[in-house]
Amino acid sequence: MVTLVLPRLISYEGAARRSGYVVERNAATLSRSYWLVMISGFLEPVLYLFSIGLGVGSLVGDLTLPDGRVIEYAAFVAPAMLASSSMTGALSETTFNFFGKMKFRKLYDGMLATPVRPIEIALGELAWAMARGNIYAAAFLVIMVAMDLTTPARAVLAFFAAILVGFAFGGLGMALSTYMKSWQDFDIVVSVQFTLFLFSGTFVPATSYPAALRWLVEATPLYRAVDLIRALTTGSAGWFQLLDIAYLLAALALGLTIAGRRMGKLLLK
Amino acid sequence: MTLIHARGLVKRFEGFTAVDGIDVDVQPGEAFGFLGPNGAGKSSTMRMIGCVSPPTGGELRILGMDPVREGPKIRARLGVCPQLDNLDLELTVRENLTTYARFFGIPRKVARARADELLDFVQLTERADSKVEPLSGGMKRRLTIARALVNEPEIVLLDEPTTGLDPQARHLVWERLFRLKQQGVTLVLTTHYMDEAEQLCDRLVVMDAGKIVAEGSPRALIDRYSTREVVELRFAAESQEPFASKLDGIGERVEVLPDRILLYVEHGDEAVAEVQGRALSPAGVLVRRSSLEDVFLTLTGRTLVD
Amino acid sequence: MFYVLEYYLINYRRVWRGSVLSSFILPLLTMLGFGVGVGAYVTGGVEGVPYLDWMVPGLIASTALQVAVGESTWPVMGAFSWDRLYFAQAAAPLRITDILDGHLIFVVLRTLLSSAAFLAIAAAFGTLHSWWALLTLPIAALVGLAVATPTFAYSATITVDSYLSILYRFGVIPMSLFSGVFFPVESLPLVFKWVAYAFPLWHAVDLSRAATLGIAPAWSTAGHLLYLALWVAAGWLLALRQFRRRLVL
Ligand SMILES: Nc1ncnc2c1ncn2[C@@H]1O[C@H](COP(=O)(O)OP(=O)(O)OP(=O)(O)O)[C@@H](O)[C@H]1O
Ligand SMILES: [Mg+2]
Repeated sequence: MVTLVLPRLISYEGAARRSGYVVERNAATLSRSYWLVMISGFLEPVLYLFSIGLGVGSLVGDLTLPDGRVIEYAAFVAPAMLASSSMTGALSETTFNFFGKMKFRKLYDGMLATPVRPIEIALGELAWAMARGNIYAAAFLVIMVAMDLTTPARAVLAFFAAILVGFAFGGLGMALSTYMKSWQDFDIVVSVQFTLFLFSGTFVPATSYPAALRWLVEATPLYRAVDLIRALTTGSAGWFQLLDIAYLLAALALGLTIAGRRMGKLLLK
Repeated sequence: MTLIHARGLVKRFEGFTAVDGIDVDVQPGEAFGFLGPNGAGKSSTMRMIGCVSPPTGGELRILGMDPVREGPKIRARLGVCPQLDNLDLELTVRENLTTYARFFGIPRKVARARADELLDFVQLTERADSKVEPLSGGMKRRLTIARALVNEPEIVLLDEPTTGLDPQARHLVWERLFRLKQQGVTLVLTTHYMDEAEQLCDRLVVMDAGKIVAEGSPRALIDRYSTREVVELRFAAESQEPFASKLDGIGERVEVLPDRILLYVEHGDEAVAEVQGRALSPAGVLVRRSSLEDVFLTLTGRTLVD
Repeated sequence: MFYVLEYYLINYRRVWRGSVLSSFILPLLTMLGFGVGVGAYVTGGVEGVPYLDWMVPGLIASTALQVAVGESTWPVMGAFSWDRLYFAQAAAPLRITDILDGHLIFVVLRTLLSSAAFLAIAAAFGTLHSWWALLTLPIAALVGLAVATPTFAYSATITVDSYLSILYRFGVIPMSLFSGVFFPVESLPLVFKWVAYAFPLWHAVDLSRAATLGIAPAWSTAGHLLYLALWVAAGWLLALRQFRRRLVL
């Protein structure tokens, strides 16, 4: 699906190059406070891992997976932390920051007077958000390996999965922001995000939810992301994970298509 | 070749017609102006020419290309200074120019060199490493103009380049724009200052409510739509209206404004003498040459700047 | 001072819907998603009570913290840097302490409101073991004030809002995660245990837990209260100093 949609969206020579210029612009804005925010962004999932994985883990003890294997609670929670932090990172960059740049700072109005096109801005912003998210993901996986929650080989696979997760949520986030009217709307985004975080099989297996809730949860993007990364880090990946991958790719393609179209409409009027 | 060619160009916003079928031709090397009051549709026209606003109707070709299909190619050869500065507040003055140059695919080294040249051109070299926020309005404006030149454009679009600037800053901008014109760059600008239009434009159109009401060089427009001189009279009274009838027969035309009366005449001094001969004693008398302001007043019955 | 408070109350009437979401629905979801979900796996309970019952008082205190900090960050910074509300107030015949206290009282009222709502829900779920539970309200107000005052000082100092994210990441989030809300502080390594003791939130959590479960707190009640009062006093002085610096030129 991505191979189908993407070429059409950027079927203009030099599109990748021009998206790169948008990334360059963002890199030029890095300032002192930004670095602190960057480091702190990495800290957050690690704190959750220690608190919930180890602290609460000591109360829960070991957990039996649906396939019958028994793992420690931290090994169960850690991949979910990784998936949600990929989501949060991608969303904050593509909703809050993106919206601010588009609506209030009129940043893109200036860019659009150059050969850069809306979809190229969208792709550039997404690539930028991902660059940051990937560093977090890598660092988090290193810690997981160090704590013996997964193996290095599995961590590498999970790294690529985390990138995919980030892209999928980044695309969705950007599409969402084109529908936002004011900052108040972001309260809703944050709430939905937090609700997903709580109920996406993050802390307990989805099998323990009531049936109705379980099916609802299974259909959400974060659950698919958690499922994919958890299967990879715990080494239980199978054919079923292809469904997760397809789902996330579809989300990415959908997000980008909507974002590109809507940005064109919003900015070029 | 005609650089900008428009026939029956229309722009509508949700039923509201901002540009209502205008014809425009801009030739290489000329300085072309859109003169008109607030809401005339100047900016809407400029945005269509800048390929960031698709026309609702009519024909528009820029550099011989279609702005909707070949937007990026056209924009690569345009420089745009929008009505409201949209500088990048997170970057420094110099970075604003270098990153913008990159959007045109200009190599980094070239971009840096050109940024330095342009900063010098608009006299901002001293502020090169300051952030944009603390700059004065005039400095921001000059930076926006410099940014519009970073790709060495063939056409520069300037939407009210000097609105909000003090006289000194305006003259600086005019002088720089004049130099650009001498270098053979085509200028398209909008303004509601007649002196700006007279100073800079070879040819201009007067716009009102989305339509073009007159076209020509500033001189030709004045000759055609106004008299040689104008006498401005101010009477110290609540309303100027009662005095108008007493001025009947002096000059070609009488225009009554809320705060003054304008007499359109060939010879100002003779008219003043005649006014005094009728035992009228206005508190203020001013004789001046006709300007585009008067052209506009004649054409629409309204003043340009309100 | 009451004029200032009145201003915030009137303003709040316009936006209260949004705050219901963040200060009420989200903690409720945490209780359901985390407390009930994880609780099912904590087979033995904690310290002899079911996990949910054990966690709820911590969550009430932690919600008080979130609301208090939330109301003391962007709104305070905005009142200096964006809509310049404080400057407008300072131009009226108000003293600096009126401006500061008026806003602080509003923050405390907001904190009380969400804590009360949360307490009602906790009661509906049958997680409260004692009538002492009503004391969680003044405790929430106290911890709210203990964190709001230094946060006011911080928000009055910075001018770039990314420093607020830093406050959350280095202050609020670690505090919420390691103050004995989700698991007992005693299971932390020694150094972290003392870090937790230093957090004002832990003291409120311990007090609230004692109140809802009807047991004695781990520390002396007076010690807890004194420590929180110390934060209030120090934070207030800092905030006043920063407000003076910004408003009196
Ligand atoms: N995006 C938009 N949506 C709806 N109406 C618009 C939009 N942009 C412009 N208009 C309307 O079109 C008309 C012409 O606006 P335009 O900005 O082109 O005028 P202008 O001649 O540049 O005026 P000014 O001197 O004030 O800049 C105005 O009535 C304006 O309200
Ligand atoms: Mg305009």
